[in-house]
Amino acid sequence: MAIDKETVKYVAHLARIELKPKELEKLSQQLQDILDFIDQLKKIDIKDIHPTSHILPINNVLREDCPRESLPSEKTLMNAPLKEGSFFVVPKIIE
Amino acid sequence: MERELYKLTAHKLIEKLNKEEITSQEALNSLKNRIKEIDSRVRAYVRVEESIKLANSPTRQLANILNGIPISIKDNICTEGLNTECCSKILEGFKPPYDATVIKKLKEAGATILEAKTNMDEFAFGSSTENSFFGPTHNPWDLECVPGGSSGGSAAAVAAEEAIFALGSDTGGSIRQPAAFCGVVGLKPTYGRVSRYGLIAFASSLDQIGPITKDVKDCAILMNVISGHDPCDSTSANIEVPDYTKSLHNDIKGIKIGIPKEYFIEGLDLEVKTIAEEAIDKLKDLGAAYKQVSLPHTEYAVPVYYIIATAEAGSNLARFDGVQYGYRNTQYLPAGRQGAIRNTQTLIDMYKQTRGEGFGEEAKRRIILGTFVLSHGYYDAYYLRALKVRTLIKQDFDEIFKECDCIVTPTSPTPAFKIGEKAADPLKMYLSDIYTISANLSGIPAISIPCGFTRKGLPIGLQILAKPFDEEMLFRVAYAYEQNTPWHTMKPKL
Repeated sequence: MAIDKETVKYVAHLARIELKPKELEKLSQQLQDILDFIDQLKKIDIKDIHPTSHILPINNVLREDCPRESLPSEKTLMNAPLKEGSFFVVPKIIE
Repeated sequence: MERELYKLTAHKLIEKLNKEEITSQEALNSLKNRIKEIDSRVRAYVRVEESIKLANSPTRQLANILNGIPISIKDNICTEGLNTECCSKILEGFKPPYDATVIKKLKEAGATILEAKTNMDEFAFGSSTENSFFGPTHNPWDLECVPGGSSGGSAAAVAAEEAIFALGSDTGGSIRQPAAFCGVVGLKPTYGRVSRYGLIAFASSLDQIGPITKDVKDCAILMNVISGHDPCDSTSANIEVPDYTKSLHNDIKGIKIGIPKEYFIEGLDLEVKTIAEEAIDKLKDLGAAYKQVSLPHTEYAVPVYYIIATAEAGSNLARFDGVQYGYRNTQYLPAGRQGAIRNTQTLIDMYKQTRGEGFGEEAKRRIILGTFVLSHGYYDAYYLRALKVRTLIKQDFDEIFKECDCIVTPTSPTPAFKIGEKAADPLKMYLSDIYTISANLSGIPAISIPCGFTRKGLPIGLQILAKPFDEEMLFRVAYAYEQNTPWHTMKPKL
């Protein structure tokens, strides 16, 4: 399929990535090439084939719901670009 | 004496330490001196100057399995208090508050975790280590060539004898392809064999941590330490771990090897082909039986991979947003990190500018592709279709393993290529993983071992693949081949 610059711009927004005009130009062409390559999968008959999302036959791995040690807040916050007390600081999101 | 200890394998060092011929401090000093001597040319490590201090002591020997031997760790595996940045600007300065399970296990076995981490493609996105924020690593066999990737730093360090042994991670070949390019041993374990807890996630259904070593015995010793179930990783398998060193007995008589015809066609470098065929002949000489087999969906592995891996990466990398760790666009930091942020700036703009600047080119490409294949209207056409073809690829292997004990192929279709040669063409780069990706898609274990050199002196790797949780078969075949060939004893001149 064809992917245009508007679509790439929109998807970049969904992915929360700001692209410079030059980047958008280059990326649109590269993504088009990659999608053309990927399109060869359309040749395969996938009727009645189950999707494999995980390779091991494990599901619903449960454990006892009991309290255990976790990281103290100062360790959790030690890498924060901006913090105040025991909070991460970000631009205001509500007035 | 001390000057030369860096040349030894881990098992040789263990032997000498157990006999008290040397101390672990001497081994560590020897290695650090070697790093200081040659890493400015190889660049296998990042942040060497600030992190390699001669004064540091080895781990106190709580256990004698690894006896304080230093191990080198890829920059995407969390090491408490040591920079772990996935060689990305967006994780600049990140010091994990905890150890990955593999690191915990290594420390419990008495290993010393080297402070400098090994170089890699940013977030493991790449096959050449050129996508590192810190710049490329150079192949020790030819400094103008790439070491492969994404664990290029770990593989180059082991090859250049500036690591005793190392850990890498493998999502589509990122341990095996650099091991092949650098002439060392690299193993991707069965999915679920080794805990991924503390491995900064790329594609969660494909990622595995594994060893990169000088020989097969070191690989088995390291697998003994890092394997096993972990309650912190719900996808780790609760299956007993054998003693892998027991598989090292130089006998492969009667082993049935499958040779997939789809791996020996157009696109395979002629020299690589000849060398791989000679290696297969060697295995025959050693008593293995072989037959040609078919993996009919091989050609679809790369496109399937670039849908699934990017979809998972797009989701996993959503966490890098400038809030909890790493880089944040400076507009969103008040001067001196005091006071308020300007009200006019919104959170979404902060995310977009932080991520736009913090991620490198390949990371942005993959996140955007991954977001696209999962987006409304395209999910069925791309992602769901890829999952179905993944089933077919896995079934190809299931069929072969009904009649073969293992499969043998070249690890990569070419020897190491020149730095810059494929950097401008992502698709060309993606195709260099064509022989390694299927093992990740089907979850099976695979090892790469050195099997010869091109006329220009570049190493070539042989890949062996086995049934899920049958790493023992890999060790058995790899060890027999290694013991009867000289390749693992050859070292680059640096």
